[in-house]
Amino acid sequence: MKKVVRGFYAVAYSVKLCKPNVICAYPITPQTEIVENLAAMYANGELENCVYITAESEFGAASILVGASAAGARTFTATCSQGLILMSEVLFNAAGMRLPIVLVNTNRAMSAPLSIWNDHQDSMAMRDAGIIQLYVENNQEAHDAIPQAYKIAEDKRVLLPFMICMDGYKLTHAYEPIELLEQDFVDSFLPPYEPVAYLTTKKPLTFGAYAPPHVYMEFRVAMQRAMDRARDVMEKVFKEWAEATGRDWGGHIAVDYPDSKVYAIAMGSVVGLIRKVVEDLRKDGVNVGLIKIRTFRPFPVDELREQLKDAEKVIVFDRAVSFGYEGPVSIELKSALYNYSSAEIYSFIVGLGGRDIPRTLIEDCIRNVVEGKEKPGYSFKGYKEFEEVFP
Amino acid sequence: MKITPGAISFPLESEKHKTGDWGTHYPVIDKEKCDGCKTCEQYCPDSCIEVKKFGEEKYAVVDYDFCKGCGICSTVCPKEAIRMELKEIYRV
Repeated sequence: MKKVVRGFYAVAYSVKLCKPNVICAYPITPQTEIVENLAAMYANGELENCVYITAESEFGAASILVGASAAGARTFTATCSQGLILMSEVLFNAAGMRLPIVLVNTNRAMSAPLSIWNDHQDSMAMRDAGIIQLYVENNQEAHDAIPQAYKIAEDKRVLLPFMICMDGYKLTHAYEPIELLEQDFVDSFLPPYEPVAYLTTKKPLTFGAYAPPHVYMEFRVAMQRAMDRARDVMEKVFKEWAEATGRDWGGHIAVDYPDSKVYAIAMGSVVGLIRKVVEDLRKDGVNVGLIKIRTFRPFPVDELREQLKDAEKVIVFDRAVSFGYEGPVSIELKSALYNYSSAEIYSFIVGLGGRDIPRTLIEDCIRNVVEGKEKPGYSFKGYKEFEEVFP
Repeated sequence: MKITPGAISFPLESEKHKTGDWGTHYPVIDKEKCDGCKTCEQYCPDSCIEVKKFGEEKYAVVDYDFCKGCGICSTVCPKEAIRMELKEIYRV
């Protein structure tokens, strides 16, 4: 059934259809309405066999979900920015304990200065936690991602937390016509969660136990192997979804105009804008394609190497900075392409803290690279010249 | 070796992991002074000291497999019956 709904509802409704057992969250803009919608559904009795717990902080929310997930519950939370970072200590544990918690991060800038607007700095900080990260372009993709996230995370070959990253405001607050999933379909697609082990007084267990040097390393190697297996599991689940719903969001990457010599690369909602710019530029005779990176962890190394082996120029639009280096997507891409492609890589860091990314900016970046007016390397685009003065 | 996903362990697994070698000091009980009042038993943060009966006698016994040598028992003992001694390997 197609309905015009906001991003919040698109997520919340999909979560409801996945029949979570424990939802626990702490409000933070621009995520709050996701869990508000779920709280309303819970209060209306639409969530069976579920408890909705309000926590005292994101740290508390994540901790409660670690306990719930260890007890065998299907769990959900949503957060972003400072909230995600407050959760981070717990989320590293959730990953290490191999708990398939699904969370939605409504990407928001990090303080300071305080900003509630969108960029990717928050989820980038969670890069090394052992959490699967999927970036969505629009609200339909976010809606569709939830059942897939549970299916992937709960797969016995994976068992890792899954974070769906959707741009705050740009998606969360946007009204879009969404093809809402049906309960019957989600039930047939997503089997009930069967934990490999769970906390019970009948068979006491300890999760995430103390591991001295002679055993610790094996658990971390096991996590890396789980991430590697997740690549295949995700690929299969993405395909299954495309066949079942007719909505093909691509694999780990989605490529437009795969025979191009120049590619623009981005993640998240800005891909929609870049796609339009690329379409228009091609009409103008510019040979440029588009690669949308969907999974940031596990990073789609093989797919990017294959797609870019003959590329001449690659233009990365980053929405975050690794201070002291450059944009994180660009860093990862360069590392993936080393020895596999001789493409020149141009990295543009754009739209930090919700700074508008006008189509002319994207167009200028691409045109300048194609016309040889830019040097390979990274630069910030879309900021005003400034001078730092002491007060 | 075999490992569980997420380092799940089973009851009493930790007993195999002797932690008694962590500390630098260890408590020595003076059986003459100890009257078995159990103060040390209640204060030990790791349940490593217990008052046991030996016929007519009763006095505190330390579980050196897990005692980390914090010295709390020695501090709280009302009879000054517990002496902390530096382990042989740390003596210069």
